[in-house]
Amino acid sequence: MAMIEVEDLRRTFVVRTKSGTLRRGRQEILAVAGLSFAIEPGEMVGYIGPNGAGKSTSIKMLTGILVPTSGSVQVAGMDPSRRRTDLARRIGVVFGQRSGLWWDLPLRDSFDLLARIYDVPRPRYTTNLAAYVDLLDLGPLLDQPVRQLSLGQRMRGDLAATLLHDPQILFLDEPTIGLDVVSKTRLREFLRDLNAERGTTVLLTTHDLGDIEQLCRRVMVIDAGRMVFDDTIAALQRVGGATRTVVVDLERPGEPVVVPGAVVTRVEGARQWLTFPADASAAPIVSALASGYDLVDLSIQEPAIEDVIRLLYARGGAHKAD
Amino acid sequence: MADSIRAFAVIAGAWVRASMTYRASFWSLAVGQALFTLVDFVAITIMFSHIDRLGGFDVAQVALLYGFSGFALGVADLLVGNVELLGRRVRDGSFDAMLVRPVAPLVQVAADQFALRRLGRIVSAVGVLGWALVATNIDWSITKVAVAVATLVSGSVIFCSVFVLGSAFQILAGDASEMMNAFTYGGNTLTQYPLSIYPSEVVKGVTFILPLAFVNWYPALYILGVEDPFDMPVAFHFASPVAATLLAAVAAGCWRAGVRRYRSTGS
Repeated sequence: MAMIEVEDLRRTFVVRTKSGTLRRGRQEILAVAGLSFAIEPGEMVGYIGPNGAGKSTSIKMLTGILVPTSGSVQVAGMDPSRRRTDLARRIGVVFGQRSGLWWDLPLRDSFDLLARIYDVPRPRYTTNLAAYVDLLDLGPLLDQPVRQLSLGQRMRGDLAATLLHDPQILFLDEPTIGLDVVSKTRLREFLRDLNAERGTTVLLTTHDLGDIEQLCRRVMVIDAGRMVFDDTIAALQRVGGATRTVVVDLERPGEPVVVPGAVVTRVEGARQWLTFPADASAAPIVSALASGYDLVDLSIQEPAIEDVIRLLYARGGAHKAD
Repeated sequence: MADSIRAFAVIAGAWVRASMTYRASFWSLAVGQALFTLVDFVAITIMFSHIDRLGGFDVAQVALLYGFSGFALGVADLLVGNVELLGRRVRDGSFDAMLVRPVAPLVQVAADQFALRRLGRIVSAVGVLGWALVATNIDWSITKVAVAVATLVSGSVIFCSVFVLGSAFQILAGDASEMMNAFTYGGNTLTQYPLSIYPSEVVKGVTFILPLAFVNWYPALYILGVEDPFDMPVAFHFASPVAATLLAAVAAGCWRAGVRRYRSTGS
């Protein structure tokens, strides 16, 4: 059975607008406009979309914070808005922009309190805490009040806090926002291990496509409250209009090379760049280059996900895996 | 329910331990709060040095009204007073974090930043109440004792409900803590005096709309053996538990409706 199952999910917000001195308008905004998808246990799925696409709104419906306007949601076999507190024991939620920790309590007290709120058995708590303190390097921070922690430290603390009760599903909303490169790498490694070793299902919302590329095999892209793409990262890079690039180093500078199926877009001394459609095979192009020219080196660049997503948004169509 | 009480104790306990790391600060705040409440009553006694009766009540009788009301508000303020921070929590998004924990959000909102120093208010109210019981010549009976105890409990429930009603409103309206204060602390001020000094419209309002009169007025009339100047039904003397139960049910319903209509913030 799927861990998360969403069927034609919708949510509207009523916005009151000023239209004249006394008259007030009433406008309905469709924030989530009919989402359907399913996530299997142990999957790690990237969830992306531009600002205001409905990512946060849909995550809030999956976690029971918001009640859907229509459609159905099942998370771990439960309807989140009806069984919010039961579901809370099975899921963990990290909001990157705000903390689930108590601002004025030392980190250790926050952990203790959460363990008691979640009824984590004492031995389990001790083992988990020791493991996460080690993996996330929290040792020196345990006795500091949360307000004194840096953003990266607090994020690691939040993550450990969210995992103390062994959630089956982890919702991460912008977990790497504002983190430096080192903290980001560390957090990604931690998440990858967690998913591999504990089989935790992860739904990851982010603006940092590096997170997705490094962690997720599957990615869902939403725009204007609708799913515009739901497939593997590899498929995302092959989305219509996207191009790959062959970079060749020739023995000596010369005229742009002529190869069927590819176009030279840039020449710099002995180095040339050829682009070809991302869904075409690179093999004939490479063999044509190798047989027709003297090569020193050759490499193939995958399309940047940013560019692909820009194309997706511009195209507005939908792509779903079968 | 048992789970909620346990969760409340766990969360509140963490805050008490945290506040006890600064003992001096804790005690000065607690004593300060007790004195602050007492000043109110001192003002009333000063008033009585110029008059003998207020609305037909002497100073000891007013002290009884004051004690009942002060105790009820003190208990409500200690247990659920922190719900007034809800507007801020909704705006900064920390209410979202409470909704994804396995404890009723009302319990979390109430227990979060639990301040034991608020006991100060209760202590001074108990002091005034104790003096009033000695100074008034009440002809005690078992029924009167029962009514007095029921009044303390019902009054506390009524003020708790007013706090919860206000916070349910804050979920929908963002920040309305000032409006909520008008009914809680304002209601306390109103009920510190005999209702006989107010016009009958006010008395009807605090009987039938927001039943603050059941915090002290009706049961005190019975305990003191004073005739009701507004000729309300005698049954009201014993109706505080009913009023408290009704208001609590309304407050619980509004709170649930508020949480279901919660819109969260943009991100």
